[in-house]
Amino acid sequence: MKNSRVFAALAGAASITLALAACGSGSSTASSGGKQTLTIEDYYTSTYDPLYKDCGQQVGVNVNPVHVAGAALIAKVLQQASSRTLPDVLMLDNPDVQQIAATGALAPLKDFGVSAPAGDVPGVVNAGTYNGQVYGLAPVINSIALYYNVDMLKAAGITPPKTWDELKADASKLTDASKGVYGFAMSNINTYEGTWQFLPFFWTNGGDEKNINSPGAQQALQLVVDLQNNGSMSKSSVTWSQQDVNNQFMAGKAAMMINGPWQLPALNGTKGLNFASVPIPTRTADQQIVSPLGGETFNVPQTGDKTKMGLAAKFVNCLNTPATQVKIAGISGNVPAQESAAADWAKSHPQVQSFVETVKTARARTAELGPKWPTAATAIYTAVQNALTGKASPADALQQAQAQNK
Amino acid sequence: MTSVSDMTSVGGRLDRRARPTAGGPTAPRRRPRLGRQVARWLFVAPAVIFVLVFFGYPIVQNVMMSLENYTTTTFYTGEAPWVGFANYVTVFTNPLFTTTVINTALFTVGSIVCQFVLGLGLALFFKRHFPLGGFLRSLLLLPWLLPLIASAAVWKWILDQGSGALNQFLGLFGVSPVPWLVSPSLALVAVIGVNIWLGIPFNTTILYSGLQAVPEELYEAASLDGAVGWKAFWHITWPSIRSVVGVVVVLGVVYTLKVVDIILGLTGGGPANSTQTLATWAYQNSFVQFLFGQGAAVSNVLIAVSLVFALVYLSMTRKEVDE
Repeated sequence: MKNSRVFAALAGAASITLALAACGSGSSTASSGGKQTLTIEDYYTSTYDPLYKDCGQQVGVNVNPVHVAGAALIAKVLQQASSRTLPDVLMLDNPDVQQIAATGALAPLKDFGVSAPAGDVPGVVNAGTYNGQVYGLAPVINSIALYYNVDMLKAAGITPPKTWDELKADASKLTDASKGVYGFAMSNINTYEGTWQFLPFFWTNGGDEKNINSPGAQQALQLVVDLQNNGSMSKSSVTWSQQDVNNQFMAGKAAMMINGPWQLPALNGTKGLNFASVPIPTRTADQQIVSPLGGETFNVPQTGDKTKMGLAAKFVNCLNTPATQVKIAGISGNVPAQESAAADWAKSHPQVQSFVETVKTARARTAELGPKWPTAATAIYTAVQNALTGKASPADALQQAQAQNK
Repeated sequence: MTSVSDMTSVGGRLDRRARPTAGGPTAPRRRPRLGRQVARWLFVAPAVIFVLVFFGYPIVQNVMMSLENYTTTTFYTGEAPWVGFANYVTVFTNPLFTTTVINTALFTVGSIVCQFVLGLGLALFFKRHFPLGGFLRSLLLLPWLLPLIASAAVWKWILDQGSGALNQFLGLFGVSPVPWLVSPSLALVAVIGVNIWLGIPFNTTILYSGLQAVPEELYEAASLDGAVGWKAFWHITWPSIRSVVGVVVVLGVVYTLKVVDIILGLTGGGPANSTQTLATWAYQNSFVQFLFGQGAAVSNVLIAVSLVFALVYLSMTRKEVDE
């Protein structure tokens, strides 16, 4: 009796061991007809699958796309990094590339003879580079611009603003408190989205993430505070995501907004909405707009299988050819990373003209601080929130932010 | 992994003890006693393994993590340089630490006091039997049955300044739109309000079952002596449910300290960190800024506070058994 109980316990332990072993060997190489299969992990949808298949055919591999929910990707990647089960091709949001490259989990693309396509905008190469090595390439990119409601501006008899003073004056003119219409909307939420939306004002006017508290940064923050305090921007902007901002604009409750090209499908689908966009206004007319670069890069993780890593690099290369870039732009509404391809694209898609313009000088968020960017980004949105909620003056808010930025 | 090694170590101990006695002359007499001991261990083993694997290991790991420079790189290389108490120093000297401690205290006390008072009121109300009483009482459980993220999303819409249902309703009485989630001074109040709504079912249910256990005869006897209404509550109901009250409050505190989801869903800790608690700050450090060491340090502070309340709870329930 007792012996059999002991035996049962040991048998149970053994079966657990077996089960664990079975889990560990889950990611073995599956090849059909001598062709290798590449696993591609992204946070897109199945609309990308045909493109992956095309590139798979060109490289001579089968593809197995795995789509992860956006917010869960980094957690999954970290878990896969520690269990050595990283996919063959990994998509990452560009500000995360340096963070992941710093762990050692990604392979430099140069090892496989892949480099950035000639003519890609400089921001793309910067975003994918860590310690002088290119780890990821983004086929399509985006940034943010100023959308405006054409009908509302026409009714007010104004043209889109080019400078901060014009922006303030126009936003004030377009505001109609009785109808609940605000002249201007942007997202100042307490996430990296809020930082991303503030960066064009901050960077263009000489702001720098290494030293957040500068006179230029104070002017930029003062502009946003003024827009709120003179009633042109809703106080709710501290809780709005970019999606909320877009909803306000679509509902006709904001005459102008800051947003990206990924909103174009929703905007085009809104009946009776007559909109256009221009690059974000700068303080003085002669300043060159510096916006943050958006977009996802494709990377080759260190899986240990050199043959497959080589094929993965070829696959990444295929995705970044101008021809594929244009195809991806068609799916996503983003801008091809190569300047000439982007210029052609803008001719046939005039709605993205302002974004094509903006990305030329766009800057990668991690260009200066690399993996330390999250700390600065947190400090920046906290400063914006403190200033907008009246907890601190713009100068004090930025000073506190710089104290946190270590 | 750990569970397997623990199982085999139990097996190993068994072998070592069994071997010397196997050939001995007294073996037949000693074997049953040994066997009984082994059996005893085997009965305890599942509980011990469960506690070690699911409670001991994570807590030890969390304490270790708070003493290391644990970054995203650690996930790949497994290397986490030892930094001693540097993470704690960084956390304690951050001005946000004081803010989060105050917010956590306000959030916990505000939630618990209101949840308890309302919960007790409702429990007393439902103690009187009336038509549809049972049905209404089951409706009260609704906040419990809804997924937290869904509740948070709906409440966010209700509390919206411009188009929220609450402000539209208040507007009928001429109240101008209240910036519930937008104003730093109101956001914490709004978040506490939602958490109270969420905690009422727990308080009502436990207190109601406590009230059911109070013998009816006590009230009958007391009413003969003239103790009705408030007097009956103060001299009979309250002393009878005091131990249940203790349990409800202590468990409530522990549950409230660790609330993350409802705050993240409503405000994300904002605006301007006005609803940032220790729990959300730990989350923010670890999973948004990737500062896992500092996140672990903050959550260890939280664990220590919860532990104090857990000990209070333990001593209270032990007293009950002694009585």
